[in-house]
Amino acid sequence: MMEAVDILFSASLWGAVLRIATPLIFGTLGALICERSGVLNLGIEGIMTLGAMVAWMTVFQGGGLWTGLLVAALCGGMFGLLHAVLTVPLGLSQHVTGLGITLFASSLTYYIYRLALPVSSSPPTIEPFQPLAIPGLSDIPFFGEALFSQTAPTYLAILAIVVTAYILIRTPLGLAIRMTGENPHAVEAQGLNPTRIRIGAVVVGSALMAIGGSFLTTATFNSFFPTMVQGRGWVCIALVVFASWRPGKALLGALLFALFDAYQLRLQHVVEGGVPYQLFLMVPYVLSIVALIVMSRRARVPQALMAPYRKGER
Amino acid sequence: MRLERRTDLSPAMLLAAPLMAVAVSLALSGLLIALAGVNPLAAYGQMVQGAFGSRLSISETLTRTTPLVLTGLAAAVAFRARLWNIGAEGQLYAGALVAAWLGHSLTLAMPAALSLLIIMGAGMVIGALLLLGPVLLRLRLGVDEVVTTLLMNFIIILFVSMMIEGPMKDPLAFGWPQSVPVESDVMLPKLLERSRLHIGLLIAVGAALLIWLVQSRTVFGMQTRAAGLNAPAAVFAGVPLSKTLLGVACISGALAGLAGAIEVTGLKGYVTLDLSPGYGYSGIVVAMLAGLNPIGVVFTALFVAVVFVGADSMSRALGVPSFIADVIVSISLLTMLVALLFTTYRVRR
Repeated sequence: MMEAVDILFSASLWGAVLRIATPLIFGTLGALICERSGVLNLGIEGIMTLGAMVAWMTVFQGGGLWTGLLVAALCGGMFGLLHAVLTVPLGLSQHVTGLGITLFASSLTYYIYRLALPVSSSPPTIEPFQPLAIPGLSDIPFFGEALFSQTAPTYLAILAIVVTAYILIRTPLGLAIRMTGENPHAVEAQGLNPTRIRIGAVVVGSALMAIGGSFLTTATFNSFFPTMVQGRGWVCIALVVFASWRPGKALLGALLFALFDAYQLRLQHVVEGGVPYQLFLMVPYVLSIVALIVMSRRARVPQALMAPYRKGER
Repeated sequence: MRLERRTDLSPAMLLAAPLMAVAVSLALSGLLIALAGVNPLAAYGQMVQGAFGSRLSISETLTRTTPLVLTGLAAAVAFRARLWNIGAEGQLYAGALVAAWLGHSLTLAMPAALSLLIIMGAGMVIGALLLLGPVLLRLRLGVDEVVTTLLMNFIIILFVSMMIEGPMKDPLAFGWPQSVPVESDVMLPKLLERSRLHIGLLIAVGAALLIWLVQSRTVFGMQTRAAGLNAPAAVFAGVPLSKTLLGVACISGALAGLAGAIEVTGLKGYVTLDLSPGYGYSGIVVAMLAGLNPIGVVFTALFVAVVFVGADSMSRALGVPSFIADVIVSISLLTMLVALLFTTYRVRR
């Protein structure tokens, strides 16, 4: 019993929290930007899978790690553009289109991966991102290991939260994006183009999702294997609701979620036999559903979320 | 450029939409096959050969069609009422698990037919119950059922994994995570001698006819359509929205659960984690390609089965990764959405 509590005070747990949270932060942020402009992007699971493979493949073929992330972002943006074109100007069902994008992106990912590497019993590996100790800060006992010895993309994720929050809440561009999610007709009346704003938001959001996926193959693990995203995309969609569509709360949600995940991973080793490991693995998904239920009353949904906008039509 | 709703919706156009969608999908996937250094036409020829070329391949294709008809119906029924059941995969596994459990332990002295009815019924009940939860959450709290049903797929499959490695593990399976087998006398009869094709296909087609009758000939069917087309208007016209959606959820979940029960009692005889290669998700494509028409589902399920069985054989013969089947099917979903748009709307400048 004491061991279960001791885990909470180990620096390795808190270091793992930030590591586990990183893909969730990028994914949740991406989904949040899309939804703030009024578009639900259920392509997230497939786009993260695609990002994971593309970044890994770029590095495996001799590219740099950052090049890998950039290529992932570009590919994610392209699938975002596809989702945006289908759902914004054409106004197709965002639910079904998003699922279609997920099915398409993940099957294309597996196809390309198999095509490039026909047979492999154990997946080939790359040299992943190494922890980047921040001079001075990383020497602080406990906090140094927990917070300041992360890989570079983790710091980038925190930066992305700050930048997104600033742009969304403090700039005219952010106001336009938020307004498009609330009332596109009012945006039109201001002389702005809601269609373009939505397309832009979905492309940028999808690029972030792909970067989130790429973290899995370039930092968490060092190889790609099918189904490695494991529903993280769906968890991100739930986290956006949990965060009430606010970037700051999204960071909080992702960290809280990662804490539970990191804790259950360590608890598996402490708890003596009898408890099936699958029960621990269920925790993230159960928590997501619980988060949705708890926040359902309080969450303030963007008013025009999932409502297609057609000029001159009400 | 703007879109304008068509007033003259001809049946010919509705029939042309899926054909166009599939044609475009095959053309685009052909580019990917060419990327593998294989002539796309040769590959498609090999796929047709692999799906229809022999008695064995035809029976395999029809065996593959069976669960796809049921998961396709599960999606079609739900989507018609704008109930987004994406949890068919989990509901299928739950139905399969219950079927394996009952099929193994129902040792009561009763006729096999009665045991089979109980097994099918139990599979349907568990499927329906699993969808009722998310639907109640949506109706009471406004929680999006897409996300909850998707997340539940992971929970259910982990639960199945827990059961087949734990209490329901087959001690004779050499340590493989595999459930106890169902008794051989409660297996569904074969439809064709010396093949894997079982009467589940007839059950699935029967279900499609039944759903079609309910949708086109009953008040409940009319209410589901009204709820899907315009929920506020339906409520205004006196449609009990919650009751209708709960009814739809029961049918949709039951169909997916039945798919699992039939896969176990008709084909596999036990549950493993590769029981379904994504039948639940493919069902969504099947339903969309059919324009949510229950009779159409039978044909589009056959199409998807042909793609999967054909791609397996084509992959063995020509070395194109069999994932091409998933690519063809998923592109078809997207092209079908666009095709449907242009059959119901026209472009005005």
